[in-house]
Amino acid sequence: MPIEIKVPALGESVTEATVGQWFKQQGDAVAADEPIVELETDKVTVEVPAPSAGVLTEIKVPQGGTVAVGAVLGAIDSGPARADAATPKAAAGPTPAPAPHAQKSAAQPAAPAAPKPSPAAEPVGDGAMPPAPAARKIMAEEGLSAAEVAGSGRRGQILKEDAEAAVARRAADQAAAAAGKTLPASMPVPAHALRAPSGPNDAAREERVRMTRLRQTIARRLKEAQTTAAMLTTFNDVDMSAIMKLRAEYKELFEKRYHVKLGFMAFFVKACVQALREVPAVNAEIDGEDIIYKNYYHIGVAVGSDRGLVVPVLREADRLSFAEIEQAIADFGRRAREGKLSIEEMQGGTFTISNGGVYGSLLSTPILNAPQSGILGMHRIEDRAVVRNGQIVARPIMNLALSYDHRLVDGREAVTFLVRVKEFLEDPQRLVLEL
Amino acid sequence: MAGSYDLIVIGTGPGGYVCAIRAAQLGLKVAVIEKRATHGGTCLNIGCIPSKALLHASERYEEARHHLAGMGIEVAPKLNLAGMQAFKDQGVKGNVDGVAYLLKKNKIEVFHGLGTLQAPGRVKVARDGAAPEQLEARSIVIATGSDVARLPGIDIDEESVVSSTGALSLPQVPKRLLIIGAGVIGLELGSVWRRLGSEVLTVEFLDRILPGTDAEVARSLQRLLMKQGMSFKLSSKVTQITKNGAQQKVMIEPAAGGAPIGVEADVVLVAVGRVPYTDGLGLEAAGVQLDNKKRIVVDARYQTNVAGLYAIGDVIAGPMLAHKAEEEGIAVAETLAGQAGHVNYDAIPNVIYTFPEVATVGKSEEELKAANVAYKVGKYPFTANARAKVNKTTDGFVKILADAGSDRILGVHIIAAAASEMIAEATAILEFGGSAEDLARTCHPHPTLTEAVKEAALAVDKRAIHA
Repeated sequence: MPIEIKVPALGESVTEATVGQWFKQQGDAVAADEPIVELETDKVTVEVPAPSAGVLTEIKVPQGGTVAVGAVLGAIDSGPARADAATPKAAAGPTPAPAPHAQKSAAQPAAPAAPKPSPAAEPVGDGAMPPAPAARKIMAEEGLSAAEVAGSGRRGQILKEDAEAAVARRAADQAAAAAGKTLPASMPVPAHALRAPSGPNDAAREERVRMTRLRQTIARRLKEAQTTAAMLTTFNDVDMSAIMKLRAEYKELFEKRYHVKLGFMAFFVKACVQALREVPAVNAEIDGEDIIYKNYYHIGVAVGSDRGLVVPVLREADRLSFAEIEQAIADFGRRAREGKLSIEEMQGGTFTISNGGVYGSLLSTPILNAPQSGILGMHRIEDRAVVRNGQIVARPIMNLALSYDHRLVDGREAVTFLVRVKEFLEDPQRLVLEL
Repeated sequence: MAGSYDLIVIGTGPGGYVCAIRAAQLGLKVAVIEKRATHGGTCLNIGCIPSKALLHASERYEEARHHLAGMGIEVAPKLNLAGMQAFKDQGVKGNVDGVAYLLKKNKIEVFHGLGTLQAPGRVKVARDGAAPEQLEARSIVIATGSDVARLPGIDIDEESVVSSTGALSLPQVPKRLLIIGAGVIGLELGSVWRRLGSEVLTVEFLDRILPGTDAEVARSLQRLLMKQGMSFKLSSKVTQITKNGAQQKVMIEPAAGGAPIGVEADVVLVAVGRVPYTDGLGLEAAGVQLDNKKRIVVDARYQTNVAGLYAIGDVIAGPMLAHKAEEEGIAVAETLAGQAGHVNYDAIPNVIYTFPEVATVGKSEEELKAANVAYKVGKYPFTANARAKVNKTTDGFVKILADAGSDRILGVHIIAAAASEMIAEATAILEFGGSAEDLARTCHPHPTLTEAVKEAALAVDKRAIHA
């Protein structure tokens, strides 16, 4: 009894995913709820559990294919073996097997001439018309998904001529890009701009690796933020002496009590929340002709992982204690490395903190995490000669950068915000008193 | 090395020769190896093609005996079995010669002999009375097909106990023919000999004929065949056959166990299915992985676990059908040429050439129920079809199963005099993902049997005109 394995709901605004590794091969037995395939989405990697126990009879979309929510990934045969297995004596002739492609082992793209995996050539959902057979073949060979081809057939079916037109259009786009033709500003840069060929000696030493979906999303969103926002950055520096002293004094007690290290992040989160309260524009976003001020504080904390940068969100950060913030961040970091963060955990941030200091950055201009209007960049702490009360003294100093969307944040507001963050950090007692 | 090729295909049945021709069309240098003297494999030599010749001829005989008089044609037909066999042989020859011509036309080199894998990319062809030939190729496709499945304790001598091969060439009409297995082969050959005068009893282990086929269709066909004079013993198994002079004493036992009964027959046909044929191929030495039914395991591109070695058709999983093997052959050839190769297993039709014929494509009602798919049924009987009425071939119906939500057609099941020709339309619409309404809004010529397909599509929405 074949049961379809479908792409689950992936969270708000996530409509498609790239198929990652299949943990099971065709013909493998699976237990109910056992993870069988990995989906890479814009934000996280999700494991799809088996809808029931049985045998994985079909892998419809191989690794690398693009699928929409609800699309069929494969099938599990949950039923017992067909009756003919039990009839060695007088069974019938070669009657049709209900699952014709059962028991073929999983696809291992091995042949060098292997065609590109067909991304969305398979029917999506129940009601959709699948592409016509000839169109399906062209799309598979050209790596076109159903979303990239406008269907002109009955009920929007993609016909052979539609697939051919899409291929021709893409070729024309590439030719235009290669010819260096100026494209109208409103037109997006073609996704597949033609690359100038490498020299014969160099080509063999190049490695072409497909961007993961996460990397593609990072690339697209960063560029969108740069194109949309009137982005600029203001700088300041902060004397970390007070916080370092406080930390040195209480770090053991804190760790003993809360089983988590007292780091700098909790101070920065607290300082930013307090500053955001005072300068609400930095916590706002533009929606068409409106500005939406958010009277809640969901702080995104950029966390590096080997899959790329992810930004889990500390929800209601204004209500969290130091220990709760540190615990949450430690948990995010651990799960980011394991690829176990959920999409929901990365959505809905109102402001972002990015710590390039852990990698040794002296100064940087972070790019906004759209549609947010502010992002704080932390940097490395180093002892610098500074003047205090007329004396030159060594103090641990960190550079701070605030990139902001000048469309809704005035320069005065941005500078004030950063100064307030500096004040809170240099005198953490202000955090307690909310001064 | 006698020759070096882009592709060597072992076996020139429907899968193998089609694969070879498609690869040659795409510019590959191709050789084929065939064990038989003629091309076409089981299908053309001892399967689909000769059985269709006998089915066609025996149907004409039955028509002459029983139906022509009703049309005002008075004849006194007399059976010349040798003549009918000659008619069959001519049909086979025409087809196998056609394949030889096509191979030649496509400049495919032919080696007759037994092909054995030597090493990755190397095949030895053993030939009678000549030194073996060594061939090499970048890719090798195994398309060696299948062989008759046997029953333990029952020897097939192809005279009194026969397989489908022997049943196609019986020298005289047996008075009593006992058939083991109510699958497609048993029902087709049973129909041939019943029409030519045999008493036919079919013993089936399961409680139904044609397992896997839509149950309503199978039940209807069984009723119609019984009306024609065929007998069935379901839920029963043959445990022993003993020779008693020219007679065979066949012991039949209830499948669930119980007292056996003895039945006499002149000829017993063993038609319990087919098994993959891989003898002498050297699969074990090459380390080729087989599944528990001795089928070659392949990936989605039909490649075995040995790189460059592919397999298609009856030697791999899936229905043992010539047209399924052909599609796989095309897919492999196109994949090797760098194109996308794909077989849509949800749209492979299946035909049983009894009278009336049964043709189905897509899902049966049982499959849809098991998969919890909500579906609508549109059914239309041929008793209401104008052409069937004038022809007096009103047995059967068309049944269309469509998704209850999207109206997409999921399965089409036809019992009709010309079901084999009518199913192509259903397969095309399934391949295109069409709905019952799409089919209902497609003009069908009048008066034809195909109007019943349109009416069944209308009936999905409960608006058949002629019902």
